[in-house]
Amino acid sequence: MWKWLHPYAKPEKSYQLAGKLLPWFVVVTVITFVVGLVWGLLFAPADYQQGDSFRIIYIHVPAAMMAMAAYSTMAIAAFIALVWQIRLAEMNIAAIAPVGAVFTFIALVTGAAWGKPMWGAWWVWDARLTSELILLFVYLGIIALYNAFSDKVLAGRAASILTLVGVINLPVIHYSVVWWNTLHQGATIMKFDKPSMAPEMLWPLMIMIVGFAAFLGSVSLLRFRNEILARESHRPWVSALVTDKLSGEK
Amino acid sequence: MFKVFLQVVSKELKGAFRRQSDILNPVWFFIIVVTLFPLGIGTDPILLARIAPGVIWVAALLAALLSFERLFKDDFIDGSLEQLMLMPHPLAWLVSAKVFAHWLLTGLPILFISPLLAIFLSMETNTYFALFLTLLIGTPILSLLGAIGVALTVGLRKGGILLSLIMLPLSIPILIFSTLAIDAAAYGQSYLGLLALLGAMLVTSITLAPFAIAASLRVSVS
Repeated sequence: MWKWLHPYAKPEKSYQLAGKLLPWFVVVTVITFVVGLVWGLLFAPADYQQGDSFRIIYIHVPAAMMAMAAYSTMAIAAFIALVWQIRLAEMNIAAIAPVGAVFTFIALVTGAAWGKPMWGAWWVWDARLTSELILLFVYLGIIALYNAFSDKVLAGRAASILTLVGVINLPVIHYSVVWWNTLHQGATIMKFDKPSMAPEMLWPLMIMIVGFAAFLGSVSLLRFRNEILARESHRPWVSALVTDKLSGEK
Repeated sequence: MFKVFLQVVSKELKGAFRRQSDILNPVWFFIIVVTLFPLGIGTDPILLARIAPGVIWVAALLAALLSFERLFKDDFIDGSLEQLMLMPHPLAWLVSAKVFAHWLLTGLPILFISPLLAIFLSMETNTYFALFLTLLIGTPILSLLGAIGVALTVGLRKGGILLSLIMLPLSIPILIFSTLAIDAAAYGQSYLGLLALLGAMLVTSITLAPFAIAASLRVSVS
């Protein structure tokens, strides 16, 4: 049943598969970004309370969701890397981590920009903002650890251990921040609970979520391919690939 | 099994007592950091009592960070860490002994010194009691979490700052629950629930962290 999966443990096959998938992800990203952004930013009705400033939701929410999705992907890859000792899963972690960190950063910046008109402050120690900030710290720790090793095989293993430790810790961090927040500030916090949105606002948001997922996929695939090439640069198939490319250009 | 545990602990303790500054320096650091706060923000007793839990806990975190280097570093340099890994006993068990010894040398002195700091920051008796309990439960968790970070970074030349980047975000829940418990005690509320949560985290980290430490050591020493 799993036989179709086996060839992809080989870096060469994985590299080719990633190359085949990449155009699809890019196409989906471009289409959904164009449709979602134009619809969301120009045609969706303005919110009756928040006016036009609510439109940042079309960047903020998808980025925040994909920041967490990227971490879940890394955690699954870390588990695969440690249990079945598959090096490609480690490369996958190295490929996704910076993308996830950037998405977290986007979510934080857009959250701050949204907070200014809504709450009157750039930064509020809201539970979600705080746990997103800590998620960014965890991402940065993993990236720093990966870069600190000169031997990338060891770096991959160390990063996967840290990713797994982080995934056990993240729910604890999240709930501790939620309780800390409710106990400290009582009624003053602004609840960001998902409002029951009108469909004409919700549809562009859905499209943008799909778009950010595809964007995450395409950037990670690109980075994954680069990671494979960088790590396997001494292999014959990589040099064959390079000579092919070079002779094609002539 | 238990004999080996005790042997590792006693070896660690003996080594530490021959170089006592290693134990004393983090404690001095802890006291000095706490002293800086009244000097920096004024000596109003009400204000000091309000910020005391946070100050003491953040100082304890930083002091713990300073002391982690010596957990595996010296053993890594002189090769005894490899000998430890070659022993016929499970590595997770041996590293738990090392972490326990480390807690005896760094967590326990902080507990002993905490009454002095409670006086410095004009804490009340029942608030201090809550502080003591949270330190008692929380510092072993810090030792275990930190040991994972040290084990991951021990082979690197400049692991120190990396260790703090890795470890500090992961220790945020301990900080939050401890200060919440102390705050609750200051307002005269029951803080048993928060202590129970800390206890749950302690049990979880005692059961899981040794395996993570052992796996990380295998990565670093290879």
